Amino acid sequence: MSARPRLERRNRIRRPIATLGRRMIDGIWRVGTITRFFTLVLGSSGTSFARFRLVMREVYFSGVLSLVIIVVSGLFIGMVLGLQGFETLQKYGATESIGVLVALSLVRELGPVVAGLLFASRAGSAITAEIGLMKVTEQLSAMDMMAVSPMARVIAPRFWAGVISMPLLSALFAAMGVFGGYVVAVVILGVDNGAFWSQMQAAVDFRYDVLNGVVKSVVFGFAITVIATFEGYDAPPTAEGVSRATTRTVVSSALTVLALDLVLTAFMLRNQG
Amino acid sequence: MERTTIDLWFGAFVTAGFVALLVLALKVGNLGAERATETYRVEARFDNIGGLKIRGPVRSAGVLVGRVADIRFDNERYQANVTLALDQRYSFPKDTSAAIQTSGLLGETYVGLEAGGDDKKLVAGDRIQITQSAVVLERLINQFLFSKAQEDAPAKPAAAPAASPPSAPAPAPSGAAVAK
Repeated sequence: MSARPRLERRNRIRRPIATLGRRMIDGIWRVGTITRFFTLVLGSSGTSFARFRLVMREVYFSGVLSLVIIVVSGLFIGMVLGLQGFETLQKYGATESIGVLVALSLVRELGPVVAGLLFASRAGSAITAEIGLMKVTEQLSAMDMMAVSPMARVIAPRFWAGVISMPLLSALFAAMGVFGGYVVAVVILGVDNGAFWSQMQAAVDFRYDVLNGVVKSVVFGFAITVIATFEGYDAPPTAEGVSRATTRTVVSSALTVLALDLVLTAFMLRNQG
Repeated sequence: MERTTIDLWFGAFVTAGFVALLVLALKVGNLGAERATETYRVEARFDNIGGLKIRGPVRSAGVLVGRVADIRFDNERYQANVTLALDQRYSFPKDTSAAIQTSGLLGETYVGLEAGGDDKKLVAGDRIQITQSAVVLERLINQFLFSKAQEDAPAKPAAAPAASPPSAPAPAPSGAAVAK
């Protein structure tokens, strides 16, 4: 008589623990699979460079078509930084330092990170949806049947296109942001033009700031495209599966970009000076 | 090979990206004229370099004339050995003096060079003999407080007996506390 309630009570404790354990093992499993997928993509990248037109086509879709959102958001973020920085720096009578503030925050952090987040949601989700749909409509298995490796023909070009596009988009974002900050600070709020640029040039170092930003954006490019292509390739071949995979791409690329940014920043700041 | 619109877009995109990088390097960053110039290295020993960093500026009369190339600790003299990379365009007399200075109260630390009157010029590998260490603000404050205490300390015992003769033990501990 008392056996049933006790069993239920035991299950009530057990089930969440079991779910948690399953989630963790699932996560570790995914890390392993993604790594294997990554080496597979690297291994079958030969075709992408032998027939570079494939990559160029994908750069057009993921890079060129992302230009509008990158340029416009860069401009706006630069302008907002200019306004906010001016407001705060005015209290200390150091409004000329606004160039330093805008340029350093864009080149070091916001350029790679925000461009990475935008790239993940604009291009990463599209890559996942496209590959996932190719799997649903059995285009990938049809290719396999015709002895065309879908890895070399579909996945690798998209991967390399993302790796090429990301640093360029991030540089464009930062440059547009600096321009936006210039427009707000110098043209609208009347900060001295010479001091704006000279203080910026004195504070921003090419190797430690600009190149480190480029390194970050390259790493983010790798991470985002690996996640996007893997989620597409791994998606269950149903409409729901593809939609879930697309969501997962955006969420996990965003988290990965932010986590990698923390790690890279810690390394870069330690190596400096 | 036939041209396609994709080629045009790819080319435009890559060009725009590299132009943006170039703008970041030249207009925003310091990859302009500064790095292209030749430098020569001289050394200087300091008792205390304060907050000086590698790549910190070297100024003479307020003008940037070089950068700090290297900072080492000399374990035989217990001093800091600073290597300065000076711009080839500028030459200084042999008896030039170097001092660690700060721009403003809390600004960046830099090496200030003051030219001497010697006919011979500093050449690569030379050592600047006359140096002046960083002014450590905390030490300065300590010294000030200490000298203040020193001024007060002799006055206290003289004044105390006149003011309150019966309470003799009281001034002695307070005088010691101030002197500390």
